[in-house]
Amino acid sequence: MRIAVCIKQVVTREWQVRVNDAKTWVRDQDASWELNEPDAYALEEALRLREKHGGEVVVVSAGPARVTQVLREALARGADRAIHVDGEHLATADGFAAAGALAAALKDEQIDLVLTGLQSDDQGFAQVGVVLAEALGMSHSSIIMEVLVDPSTGSGQGGQLRVKRELEGGWFQWIAMPLPAVLTIQSGINQLRYATLKGIMAAKKKEIRVVPAPAAAVARQRIASIYLPEKSKQTRMITGSPAEAAKELVRVLREDARVF
Amino acid sequence: MILVVAEQKDGVLNRASWEAVAAAQQMGTPVTIVVPGADVSGPAGELAAADVTEVVALEHTALGAYTPDGFVQALAAFVTETSPAHVVFTHTYQTRDYAPKLAARLDRAIATDCIGVKTDSGGPFFVRPMFQGKVNADVALEGPAPHVATFQIGSFRVDAVKKGSAPAPVRRVAASVDAAAIRQKPEAPFREAKQAVDLSQAERIVSVGRGIKGEEHIALAKQLAEALGAELAASRPICDAGWLPMERQVGSSGQTVAPKLYLALGISGAIQHVVGMKGARTIVAVNKDPEAPIFELADYGIAGDLFEIVPAMIAALK
Repeated sequence: MRIAVCIKQVVTREWQVRVNDAKTWVRDQDASWELNEPDAYALEEALRLREKHGGEVVVVSAGPARVTQVLREALARGADRAIHVDGEHLATADGFAAAGALAAALKDEQIDLVLTGLQSDDQGFAQVGVVLAEALGMSHSSIIMEVLVDPSTGSGQGGQLRVKRELEGGWFQWIAMPLPAVLTIQSGINQLRYATLKGIMAAKKKEIRVVPAPAAAVARQRIASIYLPEKSKQTRMITGSPAEAAKELVRVLREDARVF
Repeated sequence: MILVVAEQKDGVLNRASWEAVAAAQQMGTPVTIVVPGADVSGPAGELAAADVTEVVALEHTALGAYTPDGFVQALAAFVTETSPAHVVFTHTYQTRDYAPKLAARLDRAIATDCIGVKTDSGGPFFVRPMFQGKVNADVALEGPAPHVATFQIGSFRVDAVKKGSAPAPVRRVAASVDAAAIRQKPEAPFREAKQAVDLSQAERIVSVGRGIKGEEHIALAKQLAEALGAELAASRPICDAGWLPMERQVGSSGQTVAPKLYLALGISGAIQHVVGMKGARTIVAVNKDPEAPIFELADYGIAGDLFEIVPAMIAALK
């Protein structure tokens, strides 16, 4: 079975977001980068499926040159090879442009199953997997918490899939569908593994194929302005040493807020 | 025309659909509501109380159980036929599963997970949180209509819906669906286990997030919860890591709570968590990052190290 995992490189959670002067994007020149966490769960799920059923895990990322970092990391965790869809404009691309770039790289790869995180930690569209399925003509399901595959013998020859989809408020649902398919994976589906030294060494010999991004599609979304959210409440910030602040907080909760 | 797509299951309206009606009414007129399903006369009749032009019951036996393939077929045909300027959804898990596919099928723009819409000067601009809620963006959708927008649950108030003086007409439309082309075979929804902990009834909740750093520190939060007479809860990453059971998770995929006190320890305030707790009467945030979005909705905040603050609170409570 051939599994593709679409991964995104995002700014780290700790990075302090600063808006650029034009207020159209963030000043990320000095940012540190990491693998989008939901995509890490998608990668882990792909590695587990390969361990069970055999086959190949191909990681794909659409973005500027810097995304090589997360592709290399995915290879170190155990992916077999990588495809980098290279385009500077993909750094700020909307969901359609990202899905289009990924689809162009995957359409001739005879993929049985495409996995990706349910959304990214930066723009957070939660669109790419679903739109990618439409672009590739594949079935899909989203927010998946368990993947059972009954593959046929070779790549690109079909098979069946049964997935557990998360619904709201603690409900779930099993859904069956044919391969090939696209699934968006929910965080927490598995326990992540990290790269070993051996994996890091092995990754150096693995292929990262660079393909140019398809001609930039017409943008569907234009960011008119980015700004810090307006406060919805008057927050009283309590300052002082930890002991003073804690004591004051307990006092206001008891005397002002009267919550106990 | 602004088309609202309402959601129902087994003939029961999802109350969050009213929020999309409120959003559409704010965007302009006229507004039409469509409810896809097998037999949706109940929810359609209920929605007819809104001040809208009409409610369309878009029915087909193949729409009885939700599938993305079935719903995209039905709605793509209906939207093409009715040519709305905007198609508006509440951003439920079901919407997430097929609204982007619908937009792709129609080859039209979509803005997902919006928290508001600005209709002044050259709009509409859809307001979206980005970078885990640290910033908001005003987004314009481009290209030909219709434009699709989905609104985060809780962004509009159900009681903001304008009701009509008389019920709106309900029109039943046979949906155009090729059942054989539906690839997904859904089974009945189920709950994993009986929820032993009902956080929705808790008066006080101490909730932990990534800032707690390690499983060994959960005990510290538990001590504070005991000192406050509170239940212990967590944001999703803590339950994903197995540090607390899933049944103690607060947020869109967990429980929705409304205690007198919600004390958030090391929780950044991502929207998926906030939707589950913003109804709390008093919200307290302790976080080392003074710019964490959780402070935007906190009544009281301490920007500091929870490993210093929490022991001091436990001492102060004794």
